[in-house]
Parts: sequence; structure tokens; C-alpha cells
Amino acid sequence: MAKTLFDKVWDDHVVTTLEGGTAVLYIDRHLIHEVTSPQAFDGLRSRGVSVFRTDRTVATADHNVPTIGQHLPIQEPLSRFQVEKLVENCKESGIALFGLGHPHQGIVHVIGPELGITLPGMTIVCGDSHTSTHGAFGSIAFGIGTSQVEQVFASQCLLQVKPRQMRICVEGKLRQGVGAKDLILYIISRLTASGGTGYFVEYTGSAFRDLSMEGRMTICNMSIEMGAKGGLIAPDEKTFAYIQGRKYAPKGPDFDHYLAYWKSLYTDNGALFDAEHTFLAEDIPPMVTYGTNPGMGIGVQEIIPAPTPGENRQSFDKALAYMGFSPGESLLGKTIQHVFIGSCTNSRMEDLRAVARYVEGKQKAAHVTAMIVPGSKQVEEQARKEGLDQLFLAAGFEFREPGCSACLGMNEDKIPTGEYCVSTSNRNFEGRQGPGARTILASPLMAAAAAIHGKITDVSFD
Amino acid sequence: MEKFTVLRSTAVPLPIEDVDTDQIIPARFLKATTREGFGDNLFRDWRFHSNGTPKQDFVLNNPLFSGQILIAGRNFGCGSSREHAAWALADYGFRAVVSSFFADIFKGNALNNGLLPVTVPAPFLDHLFQALEKDPSSSVQIDLEAQTVQCIDSKETVSFEMDPFKKLCLLHGYDDIDFLLSRRETILAFERGRHYPFNP
Repeated sequence: MAKTLFDKVWDDHVVTTLEGGTAVLYIDRHLIHEVTSPQAFDGLRSRGVSVFRTDRTVATADHNVPTIGQHLPIQEPLSRFQVEKLVENCKESGIALFGLGHPHQGIVHVIGPELGITLPGMTIVCGDSHTSTHGAFGSIAFGIGTSQVEQVFASQCLLQVKPRQMRICVEGKLRQGVGAKDLILYIISRLTASGGTGYFVEYTGSAFRDLSMEGRMTICNMSIEMGAKGGLIAPDEKTFAYIQGRKYAPKGPDFDHYLAYWKSLYTDNGALFDAEHTFLAEDIPPMVTYGTNPGMGIGVQEIIPAPTPGENRQSFDKALAYMGFSPGESLLGKTIQHVFIGSCTNSRMEDLRAVARYVEGKQKAAHVTAMIVPGSKQVEEQARKEGLDQLFLAAGFEFREPGCSACLGMNEDKIPTGEYCVSTSNRNFEGRQGPGARTILASPLMAAAAAIHGKITDVSFD
Repeated sequence: MEKFTVLRSTAVPLPIEDVDTDQIIPARFLKATTREGFGDNLFRDWRFHSNGTPKQDFVLNNPLFSGQILIAGRNFGCGSSREHAAWALADYGFRAVVSSFFADIFKGNALNNGLLPVTVPAPFLDHLFQALEKDPSSSVQIDLEAQTVQCIDSKETVSFEMDPFKKLCLLHGYDDIDFLLSRRETILAFERGRHYPFNP
């Protein structure tokens, strides 16, 4: 029978199936961080059970770390305690930790791929919803809760019901100034923030094939923002070239052995999906969000729509009141106060290089604070090597140390109440970047342009 | 885990759609390393002003409404995977959330904490909102064994779907880890010959 890519990877990991259809799914990689793991370690201790497979578990500190002075003790006592707890727990359990001060430290979804820990055909989980990022390699990757973190610690397995499958096909060439972030924001704006709920998505078509691995990570990263359990893209020559030579990737004959398997990972002709959507790359403009969920997005030249008849009026009005916007209004030319370039969505070298090319020789608007937070220590080092840090500083941008930072405002990097932030992160929820903060999601290029002009600008005319 | 069989309670209506887990429990409260005490900050920024005084127009501050069942708009619990959202709802005193659909990760987290996510058809959800608007003391009954929800005032009843394994867990108070630990041998047998060990 014709199988989808998802079917192939899923079937390869089913240990056994229970009556009623629930599968015991084997997990190849378990990524952990300081925020969603301490209660799982405690749970394990209270059961008198130890971590079953430390050689499939990797830890880093990212959510709650400062992005200035990482060589110093963390000032905020609760954050420090949480990060110290991770260090203790990893030491006690024998789990490899790329913590603060380690040259491999960084956002969990940035370091997995860059270290060759993420490979095609794997099952990958992490107590973080953006685990879907790793689907860019043709793996089944999804976020889990802390009880499930404990389950994976205890058994290297999860009890899972197989999700339905959706295919999203985008053919054609993206326009000048339009990138992976615009592509995924466009898709979510069409399918809504809940359009993917209950599904695992496969992205197909030339628009995705033409993207770099980093661009594909941006796409898969935001699968969760339409409610999907995850998203994946079939591995190809770009994927294999990206993996080859990475620190923990298979080497030599091992690599060739895996390569043969990876090449079998594609959707067979005639395989069936439960839902299909098709879009044209040429239709996609530079995108911005105007509301408080990632589905509330428009092309930068469009106006904020009125609520559709099926939409809950109370939720729509609440979102627009929070943002200080009205239907019929355009975001073009809107004054903004902050720019955040970072997060597991857009903090990789390609993002930083695109921003650098744009801001080189320019100066940010005086009233804007602009912060660039690299996704990992390796990204930070590479940017310094290429002189991007100096270029950012000359343009008036801050260049910080790696972490999740203002994407979720757990550390000090918060946006003040009522102020606007053009952010390359993944969520524009109320208060996400700090209580009362107003987030406008956009691509790194759109964010860079907003910083320079001090207002929302269309990069395709810039 | 606490058992769940039949729950009859008054209910709290929250007719907002796409309630994300950042609203249920904002990230700045995720620094705790235990599971307790999150109820105090449930819906923190909808419930309290920045100076800590209650916002009178939020339903949890409305003395007319109380109970162990939250009735919420569609796509409840979307966004972050933080289980703290389920812990906060349970710690506050909720034992069930009724909505026309839930975000996947939240649903799983709720089930793992004995907080029952009950998916009902949209017209029935509207019916519950209307019943509560008419009479805030209306009760709702959830019967897990029978997989039914009833609006006590109108006697209107609908059935809901439930994963048979999770149903068994909730009825008896088991959790997934007890089960997976009992399958250690099967897992070991499956592992033999598998690839991808990681040895930094």
C-alpha cells in the first residue's frame, strides 16, 4: 500500500498497539530544557525510577537564561534556581548538558540540527511546542507536556494516537523580499490558528524544495501555530548535504548506511491524505500580523479585515482592542517602538545574514530599540567571525547572547505595556512578550526594515 | 492520579475562542520547579490588574459563577506545550473543561492530570453558555463511564468521544507511566538492532 512519509516514519517506531488503537511509540531523541523538566525529574525520583536511555537524551538551558553577561551568575533568583536544578538533574541522571558557558549551548531547536543530533526518519520530542522545527529533516517531531517528559525518561516511549494527515502544497517561486516566514504566516492566515488541529502536516511543492534547510526549519517550526501536531518535509540532497560533517552526525560508512535509509523517506505516489491544501508562491506578499494569534495575518499592503461571519465577534474585538487597531486600518507606516530578531523561528545564520545585508550602512530609527538574539553559541560565534556583530552595532542594534529571550519574556527581555514590537518570533498572543506588550509577527527582513524606518515598511518596495 | 467518574457541578463560562496557554498561565510564572501553587496565577493578566487588584469584569471574579467545570470557546489551550496550564486549572479547582474543541498538547496534558477535556458539538456549547447566562447557578453533569454531558436545567444531553485507554486510566486513577513501565520487556525487544544512539 502506498505510504506517506509520515506513515513510514511512524510505522517504523510503533513498539506495539493497544486495543483501541493507541500506539506505544519509540522515541529516538529526547531534548530537554530547564523549564519543563524539573517536575519530570521529581516525578521519576518519587517513583524510584532512573532515566532509561540517557544516550538518547540531550539538555540545554535556553528559555530562562539572560542574554547579557552569561558568564556571570544569573541575577534573578528563581531563574538561577531553575537553571541550577537542570545542571543537578542532568549530572545525577548522566544526561549530556549543553548548558550556559558550553560552546554548544543555544535554543534547543537550533542546536539539535546544527549539531547533527536531529536526523531524518527519527522521532523527536521535547517539552516545547516548537519541537515541530525538526520536521524539516523528515522526522516526526512534536512538543509534549511535562508528564510526557517523565514518560520518555522512564520508558523512551510515549502512548500516542496516530494523528490525521494533511498535505500543504505550494508551487512556484516566492517574490523578491518574500521568505520562509512570509510563506508560513500566509498559510496560517488562510487555514487559521486552529486549521491544523488533529493533523500532522507534510509540506510539498517547489516553494519548500527551493528553501534552504534553515528556511524549512522556519516553516516546520510554525506548524503548531495552526494547531497541527507537527509538520515535516521529505529529506533531499540539501538535507543530506546539511547533515554531512555535523558534530554528532554519522560519519564515513555509517553515514552511507543511514543515507540509503534516508533516501527511502518520501511519500509514495497515490498515498492518501485526510486533507489537502494548495497555494501559489507568487500570491504570497511580505506578511504582518494584526491580532493576537498567528492566524490573524495579512499582506503588508492589505487592510485589517472585518470579522468574518463565522468568527466569534467577542474574541475578534478583544484581540483588536488589545492591539489598538481597527478593521479597515492599514499597518503600513504604523510607528513601532521595538524590534526583536531571534527565537527558534528566525535566529539562524541565514536570518542574521539577511538582516546584516539590509542594515549595512544604515542606522535604526532613533525611537526604536532593536535587539538581535542569536539562536546558539555557534551562531553567535559565526556571526562574530563574519563581522556581523560590528555591523549590527554600527546600525544601532544590540547583539546579545543566545536564548529564547523576548519571544516569551521569561527572562529580563520584555516589551513594555502598550508598546509595539515587530518580532521574528512565532506568537503574538496577549502578553507573550511581556504584560500588555503588542506583538507584530514578521520576517527578519521586515523586522530589520521596521527598525531602520521606525515604522512598518514593505520590503518589496524598499 | 485522582479518579474521575461522575462530576456534577455548577460551571464557569468563558466564551472566548483560541484561549492560549500564555493566558492560562503567563510564562513569567513558569519558574517554579514543583507542580503546586499555579492556581493563584491562573488567567493572571485577565484576572488581575498589574497592581494585583481583581479585574471586576473577568468571570473568575464574578461571584455569580463558580464550580469545578469551565465552559470555554473553541480551540481552548492552543499555543505553548506548558503543562503548567493544566496544573493551574486543576490547582484552582477545575476538574473538567468543556469546549467544542481543544488544542492537542493541552488535551494530552489535561488527561495526564485528571482534568477532563470534554469535546461537545458547537450548538451544545452555545446551549450551555445560554443556560449559564439565564441562570448562573445551572449545573452540568459529566459522566465519564457513559461518556455523556448533561445540562441539568434543560436535561439536554450529548455524548463525547474518549480514547479508551485514557478513559480506563481516568476511571481507575492509573497513569501512562505505570503502564509503560509494565512493558519494559517489549520495549527492550523492540530496541534491539535500532539505530541512532547518541554518545557525545
